[in-house]
Amino acid sequence: MSAENIAAFVDITDVICPITFVKVKVALEDIDAGELLAIRMNDGEPVRNVPRSLKDEGHLVAAVERRVDGTFTVLVRKGGNQ
Amino acid sequence: MEIQVNGKTVQLEKEIAVAELLEHLRVEARQYVSVQVNGLFVARDEFLARKLAAGDEVEFLYFMGGGSRSLSNEQLERYSRHIILREVGAKGQKRLLDAKVLIIGAGGLGSPAAMYLAAAGVGTIGLADFDAVELSNLQRQIIHATADVGKAKVESARETIATLNPDVAVSTYRERVSAATIADIIKDKDYDFIIDGVDNFSAKFLINDACVLLKKPFSHAGILQFIGQTMTYVPGTGPCYRCIFPAPPPAGTAPTCREAGVLGAMAGIAGTIQATEALKYILGVGELLTGNILVIDAETMEFRKVRVAHNGNCRVCGDNPAIRELFDEEQPVCETR
Repeated sequence: MSAENIAAFVDITDVICPITFVKVKVALEDIDAGELLAIRMNDGEPVRNVPRSLKDEGHLVAAVERRVDGTFTVLVRKGGNQ
Repeated sequence: MEIQVNGKTVQLEKEIAVAELLEHLRVEARQYVSVQVNGLFVARDEFLARKLAAGDEVEFLYFMGGGSRSLSNEQLERYSRHIILREVGAKGQKRLLDAKVLIIGAGGLGSPAAMYLAAAGVGTIGLADFDAVELSNLQRQIIHATADVGKAKVESARETIATLNPDVAVSTYRERVSAATIADIIKDKDYDFIIDGVDNFSAKFLINDACVLLKKPFSHAGILQFIGQTMTYVPGTGPCYRCIFPAPPPAGTAPTCREAGVLGAMAGIAGTIQATEALKYILGVGELLTGNILVIDAETMEFRKVRVAHNGNCRVCGDNPAIRELFDEEQPVCETR
């Protein structure tokens, strides 16, 4: 994991689409452009769709890491893809 | 042992985990806290396992801060289809929750307008209406039910809104809006937007004049048979209702609902457009029906935007307005319901 400061963390393993993206959007709205958000998400639908939706909305998916428990940590830079 | 938490020294009697530290420090709303130890982010599922050692530097921050209202998990779910819209988001939803809309007339237009605004989470809705629910209302006034016949419309509407969305605070005004009462009603909650859902010309002119004089935006609509029209007034931009219709029609020339009938669903179309305009205004999204009057013909399903201009000679919003105080126009035809 990056040593760069992560401004916020959101866990979306307990919800399903579209609440997954809703929680991510809410977390992103509360950090500044250029800051990093870490998202913990499940394999499957979330990891296929959430990063794609984030790119569509102009954010940069900086890293996608599989964790030992089978979930993923996705690092997103707010507004980094504009 | 000693650790640093958000730049301050904290003494601990024993080695503890991140989760225990948050508890120890009585950090509220722990589910909204992001934690870093020595510059590295700690995932939530590691809070229990991650033991802190002497000299560790812990930083935690709320990511739902900002001092403003934060949305509960239930609200995130209720408004999820709004929040995923790029034009709305959580910020827009919070704006809706903080917004105040006054609906004058809890009838055909006011029913769908109130229900969509309530469903959307407009936090404060004012309802002004003097009438009681009648059986003949139910063909189009969908906020009222059969069991409500005889009940005050504002009460019946308040109950429907309460079952629809507990986030909404409803203020009711069981009065006939008149030159004597309308300003106080609008000022009561300092409403952000007003919906003209009345069925008579004198009240329509009164709402227009009050909104112009009090500098409040409002949505006008009228329906008849299979046609409807609606426009939005925003102070300082475009015409007001009186720019286009300087005065009520002469007695006997303007048909009323009672004389002409109205397809119930027309009220739904027009009232829903009024709610849409209110939401767009609050959110600052898109183009409002200012400077345009939308004419709807349900028989042909033609929606036509007719450009209308500000009238420099308008008696209320023109360059030299004659109307500086509110007054009640004479109602030229029988009252309708």
